[in-house]
Amino acid sequence: MFKTYSLYRLLPYLQRYRFKLFYGAACLLVTNVFALAQPWILKKVIDSLSLEITTEKLLFYSGLVVGFSFAEGLFRFLMRRILIGVSRYIEYDLRNDFFAHMEKLSLSFFHRMKTGDLMSRSTNDLGAVRMVLGPGIMYSMNTLVISTVATILLFSISWRLTLIALLPLVFVSICVKKFGEEIHKRFDKIQEQYAEISAKAQENLSGIRVVKAYAREESEIRSFETLNRLYVQKALALVRVSGAFHPLLGLLLGFSSVALLWIGGRQVIEHRMTLGDMVAFMGYLAMLIWPTIALGWVVNIFQRGAASMSRMLRIWDTVPEIRDGDDLAPVDRISGEIEFCHLTFSYEPGQAPALKDINLQIPQGATLAIVGKTGAGKSTLVNLILRIYDPPPGALLVDGVPVERIPLAVLRSHIGYVPQETFLFSDTVKENMAFGVAQGDPQEVERVAKVADIYDDVMSFPNHFDTLVGERGITLSGGQKQRTAIARALLTDPRILILDDALSSVDTYTEEKILRGLSAVMRQRTTILISHRISTVKRADHIIVLDEGRIVEQGRHEDLLTLGGLYAELNKKQLLEEELAEF
Amino acid sequence: MTEHYDDHIMGKAYDGQMMRRLLGYLRPYGRHVALAIVLIILISALKIIGPYLTKIAIDRYIAAADLAGLGKLGLIYLAILVALFGLEYLQTFLLNSIGQRVMYDLRMQIFSHTQKLDVAYFDRTPVGRMMTRITSDVDALNELFTSGVVTIFGDIVNLSGIILALFLMNYRLAGLVFSVLPLIILVTLIFKIKVRENYRQVRKLIARMNSFLQESITGMMVIQIFGREPRKFQHFESINKDHLDANLQAILYYALFYPGIELLSAVSIGLVIWYGGGQVVLGAMTLGALVAFLQYSERFFQPISDLTEKYNILQTAMASAERIFTLLDTPSAIATPAEPISPAQAKGAIEFHRVWFAYKDENWVLRDISFAVKEGERLAIVGATGSGKTTLINLLTRFYDVPRGEILVDGINIKQMDLYDLRRRFSVVLQDVFLFSGTVESNIRLYDENITLEQVREAASLVHLDRFIDRLPKGYEEEVRERGSSFSVGEKQLLSFARALAFDPRILILDEATSSVDTETEILIQDAIQQLMKGRTSIVIAHRLSTIQDADRIIVLHKGTIRETGTHQELLAQRGIYHRLYQLQYKEQYGRRPHVTNVPSVE
Ligand SMILES: Nc1ncnc2c1ncn2[C@@H]1O[C@H](COP(=O)(O)OP(=O)(O)OP(=O)(O)O)[C@@H](O)[C@H]1O
Ligand SMILES: Nc1ncnc2c1ncn2[C@@H]1O[C@H](COP(=O)(O)OP(=O)(O)OP(=O)(O)O)[C@@H](O)[C@H]1O
Ligand SMILES: [Mg+2]
Ligand SMILES: [Mg+2]
Repeated sequence: MFKTYSLYRLLPYLQRYRFKLFYGAACLLVTNVFALAQPWILKKVIDSLSLEITTEKLLFYSGLVVGFSFAEGLFRFLMRRILIGVSRYIEYDLRNDFFAHMEKLSLSFFHRMKTGDLMSRSTNDLGAVRMVLGPGIMYSMNTLVISTVATILLFSISWRLTLIALLPLVFVSICVKKFGEEIHKRFDKIQEQYAEISAKAQENLSGIRVVKAYAREESEIRSFETLNRLYVQKALALVRVSGAFHPLLGLLLGFSSVALLWIGGRQVIEHRMTLGDMVAFMGYLAMLIWPTIALGWVVNIFQRGAASMSRMLRIWDTVPEIRDGDDLAPVDRISGEIEFCHLTFSYEPGQAPALKDINLQIPQGATLAIVGKTGAGKSTLVNLILRIYDPPPGALLVDGVPVERIPLAVLRSHIGYVPQETFLFSDTVKENMAFGVAQGDPQEVERVAKVADIYDDVMSFPNHFDTLVGERGITLSGGQKQRTAIARALLTDPRILILDDALSSVDTYTEEKILRGLSAVMRQRTTILISHRISTVKRADHIIVLDEGRIVEQGRHEDLLTLGGLYAELNKKQLLEEELAEF
Repeated sequence: MTEHYDDHIMGKAYDGQMMRRLLGYLRPYGRHVALAIVLIILISALKIIGPYLTKIAIDRYIAAADLAGLGKLGLIYLAILVALFGLEYLQTFLLNSIGQRVMYDLRMQIFSHTQKLDVAYFDRTPVGRMMTRITSDVDALNELFTSGVVTIFGDIVNLSGIILALFLMNYRLAGLVFSVLPLIILVTLIFKIKVRENYRQVRKLIARMNSFLQESITGMMVIQIFGREPRKFQHFESINKDHLDANLQAILYYALFYPGIELLSAVSIGLVIWYGGGQVVLGAMTLGALVAFLQYSERFFQPISDLTEKYNILQTAMASAERIFTLLDTPSAIATPAEPISPAQAKGAIEFHRVWFAYKDENWVLRDISFAVKEGERLAIVGATGSGKTTLINLLTRFYDVPRGEILVDGINIKQMDLYDLRRRFSVVLQDVFLFSGTVESNIRLYDENITLEQVREAASLVHLDRFIDRLPKGYEEEVRERGSSFSVGEKQLLSFARALAFDPRILILDEATSSVDTETEILIQDAIQQLMKGRTSIVIAHRLSTIQDADRIIVLHKGTIRETGTHQELLAQRGIYHRLYQLQYKEQYGRRPHVTNVPSVE
């Protein structure tokens, strides 16, 4: 149909259920045969009533009506079950595939899109597409069958009358086309606005603490109101068009009835046609009314579905930026050697690079510490190892293999990562800690909880490890969240451990305890430690100082102190603070 | 995944009180609604005339071969059709605009209400759930208003018109037609019971699927990094599968129900043919009447299956309404009192007096906390993680209310103050940084028109973010994405710091405000803040002791109680917890690292 190309992408799914669809269509055909026979019976009844008729004959006709209706009902039952059922199966497939696709998309994608928007695509829009597959397909088949057969029957009664009666249908099809396009356009705008409302509400509710802390409620309500008002405007713009659609179809079809009354009536009077013919004609014409109205409805469904499908396709057609390439190296274990060769990286093409000409080798089992100012590129550097963003080909090697050639699953399963910002799931403490492993052995969980020094905290909660944490871990303190994330990373028993400023929210005493516990863990693994505190990094095998994306100094703690550069300066500042306080 | 009570609300399908409350939303549009009802009654009435015209055509004109009469009748019919078109369009538009306005009102009401709710409510309610109230639940009510409430009048007119017409034409035959009604009612009742149970299931699964999706989308990075995709997918698939099964069940019920009703209607038509045909043969009834009778009987059953459709709409809407009203009826535990007292002067003095607090039951997080901050004083709070520092701030800004003890600001109990008035005295840099999508400027200013661009720039330069912002392609107009995903963590923290300064507060509260910022910047900011906050009260929470050592007073919090207070020097001299923390942080730099294991127990 018009502007519904996006729906062609559903074909492979329909293909999967082609047999069911075929049976469904067959049932639909049979259903309609029985349905269409009924006005014919009425014609017989009325025609014979004008003559003599026995009670038995009448009884026979009544029986026929009931019998046919029973048969019709039976097949209608099968038809609905099969055809609508298929739409649910496909919805199930689509939803699974959509989710699986989202799981593959890279993080830059999730940074670009708003959560509310993604949500509305995977719920609202999917629903609209489902409508196409179920009622949409069923009613369009129905319409097709009924209108074809009814038209044929009409012709068989009186071709001249039929031609006249069907004349308005030409206008119907024009109408459908014009309206369809307009509805599509306006519906698209509505969905977009809807997504915006969702996104606004979503963000506001997620950031409610900030809103409250700054008493911004009033202005938030005002800006929500603006979006809301726009939505109403757009919705009414649609109604202005779609509201006229149905009545217009009704009117056009009504013209047929009038024509029938005039011309048919005259023919009956002139005995060129029986009254029964005319009644049957009316019956079939009435049968055309429903499909035509359904047509309006179906057009609506298809247009909405197409608009929604193309919104979904915008996600579906996003190729994951980070994925396994074609020439994968046969790597299934990683021992943990990392090398950067002249790595330069920018987030957006054309933007100033976040990392410039990084050359670095981290031997297996070594500890690398990174210090540097805010925004220097520390997190960026470790994110590249994890392939959260893709480094330039060949610039980053793990175990001597370019990371882009290591299967993503292998790479990531060997890295334990404590992100700078903690994200926890609204699940139990235990489930959160065991997030990276298949089976969370309780003893193991307790062991890592102790290393991360969160064990005592957890035991002080009412339900211990089964305590539920709120969304994003909202019911934990800042330091508790961070330590839970450390435990989560440790439990995966990684070859490479990355701690991105992972102790920023804990006090010195706890930090010291954790570092002591970690030192045993770190001994056997390659570790990358990012911190602003000299005390945390000084024992590392190798320290690099990043500044504006460049490694400006590197070496061991003592070397860097003698170098007298940024690091020494930093050290002095931290010492100075202390001396100041010593007064 | 946690189950919530409101997922289980499935509505009684009809609840008088709730319906009255819902109809209350139509009141502002009373006239429009009245007009819509008039329209729909007219439309239904006009639609009923059709078969009757057929009867007249057959009996009066065709039988009498009166062509002129037939022509006139055709004209009348045509006029009716045109009128119908106009009326229907008007009615559709009217109904939809009423529906949209009501939705607008509802959305505003819900959103405004969520803004009033207390923080504890947000602790226990996932965002996705509240989103459903604003989006799909409101949509369900729209459905009710556009295709439910008003059109039901149409159906009633339709049905009663047909019943009247049938009885007028031939009451015996009419009786025969209606003889199947008890059966229809029975079938419908059974159907309803089945569908209700099923509907409950479907709703529950949708809610579960949505919150699962929501969390997976926001936590996708963690999912991918921990290679959790296959298991998350499995989980999703299993919810999806249950959803599929529940829906297939629903399809079965519907597939049985509609043909069932049709069959019953066929039975009654059979009866009409058999009995009515006999009457015509006997001459007790005209042929036209029989035809009209048949047409009416067919039309009689249409509104009945429509009504079942409407029953569904009603049920969905009632369930949604109940969930929405539950939200709207949730009082905010924290609100401005009826007669708020405003302190004579906004000086910035704070006092905690024997404050106890627990997030849940008797799990005390803070115990018997008393301290006072004088106007212009700089207070620092230190303590182990989880000791209750953030909680202290949450109480001061009235995110939560204290069950025991009281908190005074400028001599007035904060529970007696106007909530906004109270919160405007503070600028808090929350420990959990949150940025909104928008621009750098809008994140600092939070759309407050009283804050000039000059002040925004000033605030940014105080936290040394100006150089960074100037380097951005669009400067202060640079786009900030959801949660500030294109900035480094430290940059985000500085941005939220700048926000606090732009609001030019009487009292500044910093909860780990520079935990992710490098030392150099931190020192620079500290100097700047010191200047800025001269004469104003501030409370600083920090793990890095360097940030706080020149505070006027330091409070050491331990497991929810105040263990030490004093200046830096006094505390060092006390040789208690603070002293030990301090040792750990600095002394080791000379290689004299104390053994952690030997730290004396605080108890
Ligand atoms: N919203 C909440 N609901 C339930 N319990 C909470 C909530 N917020 C905090 N808690 C609990 O209260 C205790 C104190 O938390 P609080 O956030 O005040 O600690 P904190 O001193 O700020 O710690 P940190 O230095 O780690 O930020 C913790 O045990 C924490 O788990
Ligand atoms: N997704 C992104 N898109 C574009 N620019 C980004 C993105 N993430 C970070 N940047 C920019 O890249 C630079 C380096 O960021 P990065 O997060 O690596 O800093 P960092 O050294 O970890 O800082 P911090 O100490 O604050 O965590 C920053 O200027 C930041 O604004
Ligand atoms: Mg970082
Ligand atoms: Mg805290």
